Amino acid sequence: MDPVILSRMQFAANMSFHILFPTITIALGWVLLFFKLRYNATHDAAWMRAYFTWVKVFALSFAIGVVSGVTMSFQFGTNWPGFMERVGNIAGPLLAYEVLTAFFLEAVFLGIMLFGFRRVPNKVHTLATLLVAFGTTMSAFWILALNSWMQTPTGFEIRDGVAHATDWWAVVLNPSFPYRLAHMLLASGLTVCFLIAGISALRYLAGDRSESMMKALRTGIFTGAILIPIQIFAGDQHGLNTLEHQPQKIAAMEANWKTGPNVPLILFAWPDEAAKENHFELAIPDGASLILRHEADGVVPGLDQFEGNHPPVLPVFWGFRIMVGTGLLMLFFSWVGSFYLWRRDSIPNWLAYPLVPMALSGWLATLAGWYTTEIGRQPWLVTGVLRTEDAVGSVAASHVATTLVVYLLLYAALLASYLGVLIHLALKAAKEGDTAPLPAVLEQPLAQPVAE
Amino acid sequence: MTIDWPTLLPLIAATLMGVAILIYVILDGFDLGIGILFSVANGKEQDLMISAIGPFWDANETWLVLAVGLLLVAFPIAHGTILTALYIPVFFLLVGLILRGVAFDFRAKVPAGHKQRWNRLFFLGSLTASLAQGYMLGVYVLGLRTGMLAFLFGALVALCLAAAYVAMGAAWLIYKTEGELQKKAVLWLRSALAFTVIGMGAVSLATPLASPRIFERWFLFPEIIYLSPLPILSAALFFILWRKTFSLPSHDGRHELMPFLMLAAIFALGFMGLAWSFYPYVVPERMTIWEAASATESLAIILAGTAVVLPIILIYSFYAYRVFGGKAGDLTYD
Repeated sequence: MDPVILSRMQFAANMSFHILFPTITIALGWVLLFFKLRYNATHDAAWMRAYFTWVKVFALSFAIGVVSGVTMSFQFGTNWPGFMERVGNIAGPLLAYEVLTAFFLEAVFLGIMLFGFRRVPNKVHTLATLLVAFGTTMSAFWILALNSWMQTPTGFEIRDGVAHATDWWAVVLNPSFPYRLAHMLLASGLTVCFLIAGISALRYLAGDRSESMMKALRTGIFTGAILIPIQIFAGDQHGLNTLEHQPQKIAAMEANWKTGPNVPLILFAWPDEAAKENHFELAIPDGASLILRHEADGVVPGLDQFEGNHPPVLPVFWGFRIMVGTGLLMLFFSWVGSFYLWRRDSIPNWLAYPLVPMALSGWLATLAGWYTTEIGRQPWLVTGVLRTEDAVGSVAASHVATTLVVYLLLYAALLASYLGVLIHLALKAAKEGDTAPLPAVLEQPLAQPVAE
Repeated sequence: MTIDWPTLLPLIAATLMGVAILIYVILDGFDLGIGILFSVANGKEQDLMISAIGPFWDANETWLVLAVGLLLVAFPIAHGTILTALYIPVFFLLVGLILRGVAFDFRAKVPAGHKQRWNRLFFLGSLTASLAQGYMLGVYVLGLRTGMLAFLFGALVALCLAAAYVAMGAAWLIYKTEGELQKKAVLWLRSALAFTVIGMGAVSLATPLASPRIFERWFLFPEIIYLSPLPILSAALFFILWRKTFSLPSHDGRHELMPFLMLAAIFALGFMGLAWSFYPYVVPERMTIWEAASATESLAIILAGTAVVLPIILIYSFYAYRVFGGKAGDLTYD
């Protein structure tokens, strides 16, 4: 097979696996801080119980995030040396600042956050939680700055075939960065809301009615209900920004083959790139023109403008629809859930059942969204500067293929173990309810989780 | 050599990268070594050993990310050359690091019946990562050569580094534990030291055979005079440490950090020796620091940030080590 395709598959596999865990830790850090602050304010032990339950998930997710992130830092060199040779002057400092301002902060204070409750004053422990949450968010800031720059590069010039920064502010605050950052941080928030709601729903179905579970459930559902409309708005703004800077990506997302007015919004279709048309199309007339131009006869760019220079249509088209569809499910479940929690302070079983698989809805939407935007950038690695095929290294295809298979097997096993542990922790917590001793709060040693 | 920014900045970046690698090797060295020692410890001891590294290993591994990051950002071309040449050992290193990193957390959270499986993976991952690092070092020393000779030399360095990591792990356990486990750690340290010395001797003998260039670097007059403190001091430290293992654990609990500090000093000396063998190359015999460096303005912005942030990182890392100072007890989420 082609080394370019293999290297892309390997990068996609590593990246897809990696991003699942930062997506959780970025927002879960802030949720833990919220639990901690509520406990500080109310001295209600249930908040601390919720904290201890979820800090375990945080620790596990963080560990997988770190080790899969180490893989990423090597992948640039092992598979994509052309990337750093060409744009290393820009990508380098952004990555360096991520390590310096984010990675160390989160890794060092994680130790205090996880194991330091009795060793440091309560205020320091709260501060450690804050710094870890801040660190994860900073890391998102820098890596999204780099990713956005690759999508919409500004603030540089090419000298002797190599990119040199001319204006660092323009590099960091490139046109798509604010939109992408907001979209991703909200995605992380929603992922965590539904993860917490789903795991809590599992405990609920197992007969658990403990206060710490209910506090977590309410936090997840209510926050999700607030975040999802904001996310829909942010996503729409992000789409308009993409239309301005990467119109070929929008054309592929809409599977719109011809430039023109009155472009329909396609709900379902099977795009056929060879024939340049859609099969089985189900569409709302003028829909895309209305959304993208706010006029029924607004002219929307089509793929015919970008002959040979646009991304593959099928994955981008479907990636986008899976993301939006999952988002609409999130809207439905969080609002219905909020209604029941608000009016009856409980949820009916028919709602609790679908909430359990919805625990992974954030992952699905995040992956689908990233596939849309990253495949949507092709054939460019850095838009207008570097083509993906020109960045790949000279490693033998057989090496890439073999390691890819091992990575995939490893990731599948780890993912299964991770989900298994989540369910195990949930059911164990459900069985113990709020009856298990919580001596940390009583100034006594806690039954140690390590030797369980 | 003229002294101006385009000359100095790559040199500073290379020094920083070297320091980051050294800190990584010392810090992750002890937790990788403890992972390897898992194979000879019982269940109760394993829990204590995990407690001895639990709050630190995340941050320890971050030094690797910083080192690779600096290579990536300061010497982008070298990063590509080195890592494509070391594709397979890097892959083993990464799989090893992934396995041990997740096993560390999984073992504490899975149902009791599955714990043993993750303990084994923790050992295997630690061993694989240590061997892979040693192998990469060996092949790198030889200028990324391929072939049987390079492979054998790499394998030799791999065993030697793994033994050295075990010594670090044992030394850390002497500091962090007490009672039976501490006594065992002293024995582990002694055996690991023996292996490390044998390994280092073999590497020293093999290096002139494998790389005449490095041989010349070391055995020319008058350089050999200036350089002589490095091997002499290392040998002296080894000897003192070896003697020390017969009086540990001490009755009053003193000198318990000493073996670790002495090993760290030995690592630092060995590191200086390596640096001397390479300078001024970043890819041995192929690419100098200046040929591989990224643009001056990019190095400047990285180093400016590093100058501000690195001291802060060192301060709060030191604070974290202080918070978790003293003997390791049960590790709890509180």
